[in-house]
Amino acid sequence: MPGLEDLYREIILDHYRSPRNEGELETPPAVRADGFNPLCGDEVVVYIDVDDEGVINDVAIGGQGCSISRSSASMMSAAIKGKSAAEARRLISAFKGLMSIHETDIGGDGSEAETGIADSEFSIDNTDDVALGDLEALKGVVKFPVRIKCATLGWNTLAQALDEALPIQ
Amino acid sequence: MSLPTNIKDDFPILRQRFNDTGLVYLDSGNTSQKPQAVIDAMANYYETTNANVHRGSYELAVRATAALEGARAKVARFINAPATAEVVFTKNATESMNLLARSWGGANLQRGDAVVISEMEHHANIVPWHMLVEEKGIELRWIPVDADGHLDLTDLDALLDGAKLLSVTAMSNVLGTLNDIPRLAEAAHAAGALMAVDASQYVPHLATDVQAMGADFVIFTGHKMLGPMGIGVLWARAEILEAMPPFLGGGEMILNVTKEGFTTAEVPWKFEAGTPMVAEAVGLGAAIDYLTELGMDNVRQHEVELTAYAMRTLTEAHGDKITIHGPSEPAERGGVLSFVYEGDSGEVHPHDIAQVLDQAGVCVRAGHHCAKPLMQVLGANATSRVSLYIYNDESDIDQLSAALGSADDMFSL
Repeated sequence: MPGLEDLYREIILDHYRSPRNEGELETPPAVRADGFNPLCGDEVVVYIDVDDEGVINDVAIGGQGCSISRSSASMMSAAIKGKSAAEARRLISAFKGLMSIHETDIGGDGSEAETGIADSEFSIDNTDDVALGDLEALKGVVKFPVRIKCATLGWNTLAQALDEALPIQ
Repeated sequence: MSLPTNIKDDFPILRQRFNDTGLVYLDSGNTSQKPQAVIDAMANYYETTNANVHRGSYELAVRATAALEGARAKVARFINAPATAEVVFTKNATESMNLLARSWGGANLQRGDAVVISEMEHHANIVPWHMLVEEKGIELRWIPVDADGHLDLTDLDALLDGAKLLSVTAMSNVLGTLNDIPRLAEAAHAAGALMAVDASQYVPHLATDVQAMGADFVIFTGHKMLGPMGIGVLWARAEILEAMPPFLGGGEMILNVTKEGFTTAEVPWKFEAGTPMVAEAVGLGAAIDYLTELGMDNVRQHEVELTAYAMRTLTEAHGDKITIHGPSEPAERGGVLSFVYEGDSGEVHPHDIAQVLDQAGVCVRAGHHCAKPLMQVLGANATSRVSLYIYNDESDIDQLSAALGSADDMFSL
């Protein structure tokens, strides 16, 4: 069994204790999406304000939840602020890739070779944004499969918000 | 009298090591562990007795049928049912509740009829009624819960006015509150309503007498009372069962089938379509034998003492940081302790508590416990829940308390 230090990395606890972009945005102009984890009762509210150019000018995170769901949403908000909707969607895919785990991997030591999660799959356009480094800290979550839904809650909710802000024509 | 001190030895799963530590299982309100006697009884059934029931004309099938019906008789005695035929086997308490809602509710509830439940119900005693609200336009009324975790019965008579059914838990799976079922049943009957009891958390822990409860329906499940998953019970008074239409249709539940239609079997088989869970019934029977041997009064006494120890220990060790929901007097509650933990830097989320406790081999439940309306009343989105049973002892509580301390450390600055 992996140790708790793989899960509760310092950067994660930092985002949990001091969440970035916590609050609400006025709707409209912002759009709001609600996400629920029916298993544990966690709720996240994602507000995004997308301008005519498709850039996420502002983001706010509401709701409540455990350290993993809150820190993941906090890091997500920092990572997408000022990014285009298209970049945010790529980030969602990349993050969900990071969180994916195959049955054969469970029980392994969770190293990259075993999980099949190579850095190349997590390149995320190789920006220098500090928040991307933060997101890497959530990699340890895959060693605790019951917590993956906590980590992806905010991201799935962001996807809903993007769909609402920029309906696919 | 008390429980045997070596009782843990009867439960093979508790011998396992988890994360280099012994297993401290504190989630019996979710599902109980199984004594060797139950595991052996089920294996023995498959090794010596297995055949389909009620239809084979050979000795083995006769013995399998006797095993199923013998288990039914044990259940009836265990809850002091007036007749064995009043015990209907289902998959679990949820299915029992759906049988009640679909069969009895389907035949007896019309648009505008009221069903009264409480704010402390499990989703199994909420959603089937919500479904009838949507499908038939019945009205669902709620008995509120007060600050101490008891039902607030101030407006009970008004809530029951014109109601057809009162359906309430005998013991809350979140708060541990023991409700005064005889009083509620009397009020329901005075108002012309029937009384249904969700006894899923009650039957495993306290001597149960459905007649003394004054109930018309009593629902519980096998897996929370040392039995296997996959078997539940609906008890109802014979004349009510007789008048109810069948639930699921198929084999076993019919007397005759023609191209024009069918006639139903007698009660209880009318409600048991298809091949039943015979091995599970045998396992439940063995669980009842085991509990009867221990004595349900001893079971209850052990849990009251351990609940008192747990409340004292956690409060002494963690002071104002821990808030335990529900009645403050151990004798007024079951061994279910839902709590929130306020660490040095804010609330430690139940999910995180459960994760850190797991590392210490301590199993607790975190979340809304299938009781979201109650969580709203409590003003919590989630709690951590410790639920005790016969195999728990003071050392389990001590390990819980120590592990909670490390959760606090981890989430403090």
